[in-house]
Formats: sequence, C-alpha cells, structure tokens
Amino acid sequence: MSATDLAPGRRAIGRADVADWVAARGVYLGLLLLVVFNLVFTPRFVEVDNIRLQFVQVVPVAIVALGMAVVIGTSGIDLSVGSVMAIASALLALYIGYGPLVAITIALLAGAAVGVLNGVLISRFGIQPIVATLALLVGGRGLALVIAQGRLTEMFDPVLGAIGSGQFFGVPIVVLIALGVALVVAVLVARTTFGRYVVASGGNPDASFLAGVPVRRTLLSVYVLSATLAASAGIIQTARLSAADPSFVGNLIELSAITAVVVGGTPLSGGRVRIVGTLAGAMLMQLIAATLISHNLPDSVTRMVQAVIILGAVFIQRPRIAA
Amino acid sequence: MTAASVGETVLEVQDVSKRFAGVVALDGVSLGLRTGEVHALVGENGAGKSTLIKVLTGAYQPDHGRIVYRGEPVTFARPLDAQAAGISTIYQEVNLVPVLSVARNLFLGQEPTNRLGLIDFAQMHRHTTAILQRYGISVDVRRPLRELGLGMQQMVAIARAVSGDHRVVIMDEPTSSLEPREVERLLEVVDLLRRGGVAVVYVTHRLEEVFRLCDRVTVLRDGRLVHTGPVADISRLELVSRMLGREVAEVARGETRFSDRKTDQATQPILRATGLTRRHVLDHVSVEARAGEVVGLAGLLGSGRSETAKAIYGAQPLDSGSVEVEGAPIRPGSPRAAIAAGLALIPEDRKAEGIVPMLSVRDNIVLAALPRMSRAGFVSERHQDAVVKGLITRLRIKASSPDQKVSELSGGNQQKVLLARVLCLDPRILILDDPTRGIDVGAKAEIQMLISELAEQGMAILLISSELEEVVEGSDSIVVLRDGAVVGQLRAEEVSQDGVMGLIAAARRESDSLPASGGGIEGDATEVDGHVGD
Repeated sequence: MSATDLAPGRRAIGRADVADWVAARGVYLGLLLLVVFNLVFTPRFVEVDNIRLQFVQVVPVAIVALGMAVVIGTSGIDLSVGSVMAIASALLALYIGYGPLVAITIALLAGAAVGVLNGVLISRFGIQPIVATLALLVGGRGLALVIAQGRLTEMFDPVLGAIGSGQFFGVPIVVLIALGVALVVAVLVARTTFGRYVVASGGNPDASFLAGVPVRRTLLSVYVLSATLAASAGIIQTARLSAADPSFVGNLIELSAITAVVVGGTPLSGGRVRIVGTLAGAMLMQLIAATLISHNLPDSVTRMVQAVIILGAVFIQRPRIAA
Repeated sequence: MTAASVGETVLEVQDVSKRFAGVVALDGVSLGLRTGEVHALVGENGAGKSTLIKVLTGAYQPDHGRIVYRGEPVTFARPLDAQAAGISTIYQEVNLVPVLSVARNLFLGQEPTNRLGLIDFAQMHRHTTAILQRYGISVDVRRPLRELGLGMQQMVAIARAVSGDHRVVIMDEPTSSLEPREVERLLEVVDLLRRGGVAVVYVTHRLEEVFRLCDRVTVLRDGRLVHTGPVADISRLELVSRMLGREVAEVARGETRFSDRKTDQATQPILRATGLTRRHVLDHVSVEARAGEVVGLAGLLGSGRSETAKAIYGAQPLDSGSVEVEGAPIRPGSPRAAIAAGLALIPEDRKAEGIVPMLSVRDNIVLAALPRMSRAGFVSERHQDAVVKGLITRLRIKASSPDQKVSELSGGNQQKVLLARVLCLDPRILILDDPTRGIDVGAKAEIQMLISELAEQGMAILLISSELEEVVEGSDSIVVLRDGAVVGQLRAEEVSQDGVMGLIAAARRESDSLPASGGGIEGDATEVDGHVGD
C-alpha cells in the first residue's frame, strides 16, 4: 500500500509481480521442494539406479511435451499425440522385418503424415485444434489397433534394444536422445524465424497475417513437429519395452504432456513457449508419481495430486482482471 | 441554451492524490462539476485523465483528498456504487458482449421480465428500437452486436450508458471510433443531456469538440491540474500550449507540420490499383500513387476506404482487380507478397490487427522484416537491436528497453512501434489506416511530421484518417469513396475539406438510410440486399 519508502524510478515488487514470477518459474521451486523432500524422507532416493530410472521414465512425456509446448505457443492443442505413439509403435512392429532403420523411418513418416492431416484440418479448414486432434485421438488409436491386428508384438532387434536400454558413459541413450531433441526445439523456438512466427501467430494471428507472417504454414508446421516428436516417443517407448502394444502405448500421455507444458509456465492462451520450464514440468510430474509410489500410495492418489497441480498452475496463470 | 440549474455543483473532487508504486498519477487535483455543463477534460496520455475518471467512478480509491457528491462526502468502493448513485461512465473501448444481440446488450443486467420471470424479448426489442431511434440508429436489434461497425457499437454503448437516470455522465473519448455523422449525433445527445441538467465530463483529444461542445475545460498535465476555466476564455493555441507545457510560439511553429510538396503528375505512378472489386464491398475502385506523393483516401465509415487499403495490401479477398507496383502485378491475397513488392500497411485497429501484445517491443518491430533480418532462418537479437534501437531513438518510442512487452506501452508508443515495424521494411509504398487515432497530441504531431518526411524522401503514401482535417492537410491528392466506389478525386489546389464533403454529399442519391458497414457485409450477401433496398 504505502509506496513512500521505495526508491524513486524503481518499480515496487507487488503481489502481481510475485504471481507472475510463480506462474513463470514456480515449477523450479516445486521441483526443488520435491527433491529436498525426497532427500530427507525417501530411502535410496540418491542412488544412481533410482536417478537413472526417473530420467528414463520421463523421456516419452518430455519429448511429447516439447512438441506440445510449441503447439500451445500458437494457442493450439494436440490431443492426438498418444494415438500417434501407438501408430508409430504398431508400424515399427510391422516393418521391423525390413530392418530397424526402415521401420523407424516409416514410423516417423507416419507420425509426420498425421501431423500434416491435423495441420491441414486446422490451418486450411479452420477446424478448432481441440476438435481436429480429438478426431485423430480416437481414430488414430483405432488405426494402430488395426495395423497391429489388436495384438501385442514382441521384438528382439539389437538396434532397438540398444536404443531402449543402452547407455553411453552411464547415461541412458534415451535420455541423450531427449536432451538432443530438447536442444533442437529450444534453438528452433529461441533462435529462428520459425520460433518468432510461432509466438506471433499464437499472440495475435490477425496482426501476424498483416505483418506478412506465414500463419497457415506455421500452424501446419507445429502440428507436424508435434506428431513427429510423438512418433519418436512411441518408438522409444516400444524400444524400451521390446514390444509394441498399441492399445497401451501413449495412453493418456496427452494429458501428462499438457500438464508438463502448463506447469512449466507456458500459457494455454499462446504467444509464449518455455522449453526448459516444460522439461522441468515433465520432471516434476514424474517425481511426484515416483515419490507417491515409493511411499506406497496408490496410482489413483497420484492422479488426484496431478489434478490439483494442474488446477494450481492454471489458477496462477489466469488473466488478472484488475490491472 | 442550458437549463436553469447551471452552476450548482453536483460532484466535487477535493485535493485528490493517487500514486502507483511510487509514481504520482494524480497530485492534489481539485475540480467541481456543475449541473447542466459539459466539462472537457484534456491532456496528453499519462496526464492523469484515466486515473481521475477511475477515482470518480470508484475503480480506484484516492490516497489523499475526498469526493463530494451532492453536498456530501462519498466513498465509492466499486464502480457499481457510483453507477447506483447516478454516475455513469462510457469507456473508450466498447465494453459490451459482441455475440449477444444489440437489444440484449442494451439491457444487459436489467432485462425486462414477464410474469414467469423470463426475459420479455418482445418488450426488450421494442424498447431497444425506440431508444436507438432517438439517437438516429436504425438497426435490427435482434442481430448480434458484432455485426455492427465499430462506430455503431460505440453508439449502442453510449445509448446504454445514458438511457438511465443519471446526474453525472463521464465520456472517455466517445468519438474516437465514430464517423463524422455519428459524431454529430453524439454531440446532439450530449447537448440533450446538458439541457436535462446532467453534468457531463467529456474526455477528448479533439480540440474542435472542446470548442464546439464544451462549456468549461480542465487541463491535466503530469497528474497536476494546470488549467480550468470557461472554454470561451481560452484560445486553441493557448489550450494546446497548456496541454503540452510548451510556449505558444513553439507550438505554433510545430503546427506547420505538412510542408508543401510538388509532385510531378507526369511521372509514372509507382502504385497502380485497378478495378478492385468485391461484391457488396468494393466496386471497381482504382487508385494510383506516385513516389513522394501522399494520396488521401476519404469517405465515411463503410465507404470502403479501409477495404481499399487492405485490398491493395492483399489482405482483402477480391472478385476481380489488380495491383501493380512499377508495372509488375502482385500476387493477390497475400500480404507477404505485397511486402516483398515494397508495400507496407499500418492497420486501422491497432490492438486487434497491429501489435502482438505478449511479445517484446523488439519482436514487434522486426516481425514483418524477419525474413530479411535473419540468416538461413536464424535470428540474432544483437543484430536486430542495432536496427531496433535506432528506430526507438528516431521515433522517440518511450520504452524501458527493447525487451519490454509492447502491451505495457501507451497507445501512442504502440502506434510508433507499428511505424517502426513498417520502416524496418523500407517500403516504397506505405499505407496508413488512421495512424493517429486515439493517441495523444504530442505523438500525433510527431507521426504527422514523420509521414511528411517519408514522402519527401520519395515514399508513396496512402493516408486514411477518421479526421477529415488530417487527410486534407496531409494529402497531395484525395480519392473520395462512397459505398465502395470512387466518387471523385481532388488534386493539388482542389484539395479541401469542403471539396471532399461536397463529393460525398453530391454522390448521395436515393435515401440516406445507412447500409451496413463493410465489416458486417462479408459472407451475408442476401442480408445486405435487403438493407440497401430499404
């Protein structure tokens, strides 16, 4: 209230600023608190195997969330990511006979194709992202089951095995892949014209169009990016399990990914993308699940805690009406 | 002329101060509003007008001082309290619900109900039609509000605000989105209120309105009251100098902003738009502009002037017509292609079509020029800043740094950011759709000066303004539009306000019923046919 004791010319730190900070960086605070909690209360938390496991388990969600963050930056959403993972997984099993490279390429291309379909529906035909990608959420899973003929297929391919459980100086390959993907997406967002087009299209599509921004092409691209990343997450998941299970792979991952993005400080209204925050968000959700499991709380509790965190994240990001 | 009750003070502000986080917004301001007067409140952006209004309406609580209403000190905890007490406010931006019908909007929160407690639509529609008719508006009140033009929406907002029983009506730049004829109607409404003994606070940037309409004028500058008194006792020049805090002589020099340019009509036009046609929007509109020439596009709202601007820029779908730059046709329907051909546009609606609010000043400025300011798709902020900082200095954009969010800037500075955006493109043809709308006097003069400067450097400029005076003073020739068609062109010495108005008036045949404005027409052809036939 009283502003008299403030240095002239400097902005006071008000409640709004604190709320802004929490909305943008609260995820790191949460992560820190959770790590401290685990250090104190969870036995065997600091063991290498446990830490490795946490990082390995977060990889699929993290990769999907990176694509989701870019989509959300355009004020869109991609609900089809889980089904794309299933399609990629089913195709991997179907074509693994032609060798791992061919199978992986086909799986990635199929993912990209789904992305093109999403993108065309949204950018050309003006269908709302939530509707267009919902259609593919439902249809895509069905397609995956048709490809796999509803079966779980086990695979014993050395290359896939190496991807799934290999390590490089003690660091799992999948973690390195995720870091590489994160780096590429981060550069894409922060350092390229494409990145600017994403946040501009999300922030004000009409203004962007008049400024010569290729809004439609940008929208199409983000859905292709998201679906391709989802396909790679599907491949990684399949490689880790050494089996393609299209009825299970990527189930409900769209919710985890959206949660990671939102908790990480990217507003659902678009116009901003936070890559490191998204990774931290994914890690936060992973650690919460792990913490609850190691303290013998059932999975159902984990889901409810996740729900509370989503609500909390959206609550602090809500637009403030009084300036 | 005015009611007998003039002079009785109805609302008084006594020594009110308000600070925000150490910044003084209002500093010991005292002001009395009398019944039956129109009191102009003027000042540059940031002078404290908005804060004063918000204190009056209960949106802010003063840190110091008090408000006396009808002889008694009052505290309005929230805007609703002030409204209930009889103080009504019309904000600059239309605060209505676009998807609801005109009638629903007019009666929002006070809908008439029938015996069952349900909304009595028949009665509501009847009343709405009657109320709007009083202000000379005849529209289908069952249609959604968003189908009306911006000016019409503003009139509905005004009708809503003044339809109740109010003692004080506060209007924050009510004419900023109105057309001349709508302004006339509004001025009549204000006069009606005055005769009814209402005290009207009239915030405006337009000096003509102060001198035409207002009884007294109060000038704020940097949160302080610098002048208050009868309008009759102050000259235009004095008023401007009080607002700007400059000496009269200085202002007078600053006012000769558009210098005379001689454009050689024999040279080939750099821009040639021919036969631009879109059913019910544009009818064979042709415009030419030469290097160094300012061509004004004049006409009323809905005359097709903004649509013409957008059509040339490739942002308005066309049935036929072509745009050529130096003889080379541009691919239609693509602003990107237009930019590549050397065109640039500053759109009419700064908020909706101009700035990207969440992005920084830097990102907003370089947005259109990204392809040419990047290497292989990669951008460098350091490289951009060389250009951005230069433009910030040149245009005197008040921003703390290029990283500041553009939404935090004032309207005038946002407009300068848009100017910086088009200057980054180094265009040969610049289209400006109402570039000085709703911005303060200082920024306005600077922008007008810049337009003149750019033309002298050889840029061809298409200028649209909601102020006829601005187009007439700024243009070398003027194309006059009505109902989507060109009705005449004025060149050199023919350019005058009378000339433009003459052309608009002469072109007016049939009835004077208003066809729906351009924005509402698209995609609803049959509906429009019905209107025109009225």
